[in-house]
Amino acid sequence: MDIKALGSKDWGANVAEIATAEPTRRDFLFIATGAVGAVGVAAVAWPFINQMNPDAQTIAAGAPVEVDLSPIAEGQIVKLFWRGKLIFVRHRTKKEIEEAEKVDVASLPDPQPDSARVKDGHAQWLVVYGNCTHLGCVPLGNQGAYDGWLCPCHGSVFDTSGRIRQGPAPTNLPIPPYAFLNDSKIRIG
Amino acid sequence: MSGHSTYVPKSPVMKWFESRLPLFGLIHSSFVAYPTPRNLNYLWTFGGILSFMLVAQIVTGIVLVMHYTPHATMAFSSVEHIMRDVNYGWLLRYLHANGASMFFIAVYIHMFRGMYYGSYKAPREVLWILGVIIFLLMMATAFMGYVLPWGQMSFWGATVITNLFSALPIVGEPIVTWLWGGYSVDNPTLNRFFSLHYLLPFMIAGVVALHVWALHVVGQNNPTGVDIKNPAKDAVPFTPYATVKDAFGLVCFLVVFAWFVFYVPNYLGHADNYTEANPAVTPAHIVPEWYFLPFYAILRAIPNKLMGVIAMFSSIAVLVFLPWLDTSKVRSAVYRPLFKQFFWVFVAVCVGLGYLGAMPPEGGYVIAARVLTAYYFIHFLVILPLLGLFETPRPVPASIADAVLAKHGGGAAAAVAMGAASAPSKK
Ligand code: HEM
Ligand code: FES
Repeated sequence: MDIKALGSKDWGANVAEIATAEPTRRDFLFIATGAVGAVGVAAVAWPFINQMNPDAQTIAAGAPVEVDLSPIAEGQIVKLFWRGKLIFVRHRTKKEIEEAEKVDVASLPDPQPDSARVKDGHAQWLVVYGNCTHLGCVPLGNQGAYDGWLCPCHGSVFDTSGRIRQGPAPTNLPIPPYAFLNDSKIRIG
Repeated sequence: MSGHSTYVPKSPVMKWFESRLPLFGLIHSSFVAYPTPRNLNYLWTFGGILSFMLVAQIVTGIVLVMHYTPHATMAFSSVEHIMRDVNYGWLLRYLHANGASMFFIAVYIHMFRGMYYGSYKAPREVLWILGVIIFLLMMATAFMGYVLPWGQMSFWGATVITNLFSALPIVGEPIVTWLWGGYSVDNPTLNRFFSLHYLLPFMIAGVVALHVWALHVVGQNNPTGVDIKNPAKDAVPFTPYATVKDAFGLVCFLVVFAWFVFYVPNYLGHADNYTEANPAVTPAHIVPEWYFLPFYAILRAIPNKLMGVIAMFSSIAVLVFLPWLDTSKVRSAVYRPLFKQFFWVFVAVCVGLGYLGAMPPEGGYVIAARVLTAYYFIHFLVILPLLGLFETPRPVPASIADAVLAKHGGGAAAAVAMGAASAPSKK
């Protein structure tokens, strides 16, 4: 390579010539460096993003909780927390169960039969998350047109099966993972 | 059109410094010699008022942090501690809480001013968009600040707003969990909001610097919307004219601010926020701070969750495109007879949405909110583009000086008098 040529005004033209003389090698190095750099940036960015996800302590607080159902009277709704989330345990009356079962499932915004929302043989116990599926407020029990819940925030109405019937909430109140240990005890989680 | 620096350092020390960093020359050309249109009215003092409020929020915020504890079990009582035990703590907190409201009053006036006088039109598009970014950052800052006292409104406001993201398909739930750092709004959420509440005002300060820079590149708009043609006739130097007018506007504004702080410090707040956060009970009426109400009304007007969220964000995003949606070549509403009327209808619609945002979402309120939401978008997407094509504007004055002289009698004697009055600018 002619150093004088590089020092001349035509420096740019010379670089272009060099570039066309050895295109593959330069291009390869350029792209390879860029690619390694991008991977490096992503690798460093990830810890900064992921630190915001639930930490080990928060996840550990998700250990299962056992709930004794015997003190919960018929018609009563009990609130408790699991993994920081509110849960309703509702001891449904005969009438409430009937109301929940006789609904035409196809007519529901989020169709689900009542039987899919309770455990076999325990239809009197409804266990659902206690935050409205719209934007997370706590619906008020035994209120609204279906005697289930009424959300004070934007007026979503849930029935005695925790299913959405009216208002902006898109889905039924979800069911947390739980199992009956015996007839009067459940374990959530 | 930025004023060239006429600053000449006098002392040898200043000469030495200025030749190494021309800082005082920059300040002099930006805030002393800078030519401002001679016809600016008091609506133009809100830029200075906003800058003052940003500094005021940062100063009161930094001293509040000296006494505040960002922890779910202690935040509420630490704010009570500020109110009762800390020397002048009540004053500092009331200044900060009401300061946020005053900040928004000022920004809304500032934005409507820009809309009325067409300040977003070429060549001020970038200036306008930087303003919209500042507005977004302000909303994020105020939202996170409101969470810090950890009252019932703090907690449920945070829950409802973060849950907006759950409307997104598939990624929604993971994003919300990520925002919370858990499975509900809790201590990790409070901690990160505190960190960001401290950070964002400084980011605002950075964007404000860009905003002022852009302003000084393209120059200020003015009530006629006509550019400065002859600085000697159309403009006056920033100091003393704009400085003194801005200072007077600021003092009047501060009187109102002080009235809120000393006489009705909780008028703009909610009693529920003096109850500690309780994740098991939502207050009967959850309402955001007044400055978010119009957007909240739009959110609730749409019966579908995802569409409601999209409509709410679009109502702000549409502002970014305003410079291109308004097709009229004439800037100022003063010379646009139809636009002027539509402008005031739009203002009324925004106020109406604010009112509806505070009402329960039932019956006639919902219907009214839907009508006004539709109008809000129609204003930007239909009325503004069409008006520019069909409206016949009134004749625009040839220059700022012409407009001023015509207004003040227009006779030759008046022209001479005005010429004499503006003489200092020629020195
Ligand atoms: C753009 C500027 C700012 C705005 C709009 C803003 C807004 C707010 C709002 C609305 C609150 C809730 C007030 C209440 O009801 O109690 C708040 C609280 C708070 N802010 Fe700010 N803030 C700003 C800047 C700052 C800065 C820069 C800091 C710290 C350096 C800060 C620290 C705090 C603290 C510690 C609280 C909790 C104490 C309290 O509730 O009064 N703020 N902020
Ligand atoms: S949060 Fe329940 S209806 Fe909106």
